[in-house]
Amino acid sequence: MSKPKRESLAHLLARTRWLSPVLLLLLWELGSRIGLIPERTLAAPSAVLGTLMSMTLSGELPSNLLISFGRATLGLAIGASAGLVLGLMAGLSRPGEAVIDPLMQIKRTIPVVALSPLFIVWFGIGETPKIALIAFATLFPIYLNLYNGIRSVDVRLVDAARSFGLTRAQLILHVILPGALPSLFVGLRYSLSLSVLLLVIAEQINASAGLGYLVNNARDFMRTDIIVLCLMVYALLGLAADYLVRLLERRALAWRPNLVEA
Amino acid sequence: MDARVAASASTEFRPVTTTFAADPRQPDPVVRLRGFTRRFGANVIIDGLDLDIAPGEFVALLGRSGSGKTTLLRTLAGLDDIGGQDVTIPGSRAVVFQDARLLPWKRIWRNVALGLGGSDIRARAEAALREVGLGHRLEAWPLTLSGGEAQRAALARALVREPQLLLLDEPFAALDALTRIKMHELVLSLWRTHRPAVLMVTHDVEEAMALADRLLVLDHGRIVAEERITAERGQRTAVARPLRARLLGHLGVDAPEGAYADLIAFPGAAR
Ligand SMILES: Nc1ncnc2c1ncn2[C@@H]1O[C@H](COP(=O)(O)OP(=O)(O)OP(=O)(O)O)[C@@H](O)[C@H]1O
Ligand SMILES: [Mg+2]
Repeated sequence: MSKPKRESLAHLLARTRWLSPVLLLLLWELGSRIGLIPERTLAAPSAVLGTLMSMTLSGELPSNLLISFGRATLGLAIGASAGLVLGLMAGLSRPGEAVIDPLMQIKRTIPVVALSPLFIVWFGIGETPKIALIAFATLFPIYLNLYNGIRSVDVRLVDAARSFGLTRAQLILHVILPGALPSLFVGLRYSLSLSVLLLVIAEQINASAGLGYLVNNARDFMRTDIIVLCLMVYALLGLAADYLVRLLERRALAWRPNLVEA
Repeated sequence: MDARVAASASTEFRPVTTTFAADPRQPDPVVRLRGFTRRFGANVIIDGLDLDIAPGEFVALLGRSGSGKTTLLRTLAGLDDIGGQDVTIPGSRAVVFQDARLLPWKRIWRNVALGLGGSDIRARAEAALREVGLGHRLEAWPLTLSGGEAQRAALARALVREPQLLLLDEPFAALDALTRIKMHELVLSLWRTHRPAVLMVTHDVEEAMALADRLLVLDHGRIVAEERITAERGQRTAVARPLRARLLGHLGVDAPEGAYADLIAFPGAAR
């Protein structure tokens, strides 16, 4: 008798995955209310919610979010485009590979964050070093995955297409690039999460606007509610980016069997 | 060996030159190789091979694994660099491989239409797919097709080009016996309609005897035997028994004449 009961409990827990996070939130709120968690250490969830409302209404949060979002997008756009071009050149031509790949492998050994002092020396402390940092970091996953994707396209498919007399341009368009696309998406996903990570780091260095600026200010005034709020926004940015890639993937890779079945 | 077999007379274990040069009635061959040689490093895979294939002729190429069949076929498909050798192949060629090699990211009809020029591409692809019995799967993704369906789509993709030369590299080897029989019928009917010259690589002696006009056995980069079958398709039972034994002999299997079931029981058949 007890066995099916325990099973149904397991099922119930599996279906209520939201339960433990909600429980944690409630405990956190409770701890704050009874003074176990001081506000200077960590603001109560309700306080964070209140800050969210007020900062949204005042326009402080949206305007700074927009600035951060702009930095990440611009940096990613530049980095991804460069990675795309370099990956295509290295993937599609042997001379291109010989010139580009060694440089990219060297670049890979340098932690991007360690470059920020140099970027500040070069570009000052305005927008440019932040965007450059994001661009520089997001370039590599796109490059590497596209290049590998192109190089590992099934030669049997290439042979088949060539046997039908496809030109090189047709081959690239119909066989090689679509074949490399799944791999490119992997790179895009890495780059997107890197762009959020580098955004956080770049904004910590120096910022007079943006989410990082809000966090820095909040730190000086020990406003843990704002810090937690900004953490949540960063997390949401990351989630949104991931969702976007999934959406794109579902459209572009509709032919893949696991998606075909669905 | 057997008078009923209409095979070219002198084919026992010596290199055979398969040309039409002696016969002025033959039209110009679509494939013409003279002294063709292919090496990988120090390994000579194809060794001074002469080969002619007439327009509309159905040739089967047999040979042990590693004897160079695929290598030869790749050359005829124009996939390998021939390094200035005396090789004539027609401008329009198409290949069907053992694995269908459809592009998984293109719907079936787009696979068939791959690289086609002209205006009515979709209509032509549709017609070809209907011809192989896949008119209902035009918009399907290749990875959702069964093995037999994929192979039929590959056939449609080859035939939509109206090739002068159709190259088949063990196209049915991965299919079950029933599907294979259907595919044989399909290939024959397509061949009768479109009349390409066909070179079919196969390990299956029965398949070769059922489909081809001419059978070649490749060994160590040379054609060691050539058999011609003049009997109509469907009336080859009498021809088949002694021919099978001979072909198996060329392939290195000492076999008595008889059905497959009996061959297997023959002690020490495989050398
Ligand atoms: N690209 C290559 N580089 C080196 N050796 C090769 C290459 N392609 C084929 N070979 C060699 O050439 C020989 C003939 O190969 P091929 O694929 O033509 O054989 P096959 O007759 O088609 O065999 P199977 O019946 O098993 O398909 C083999 O020994 C193979 O290892
Ligand atoms: Mg082979």
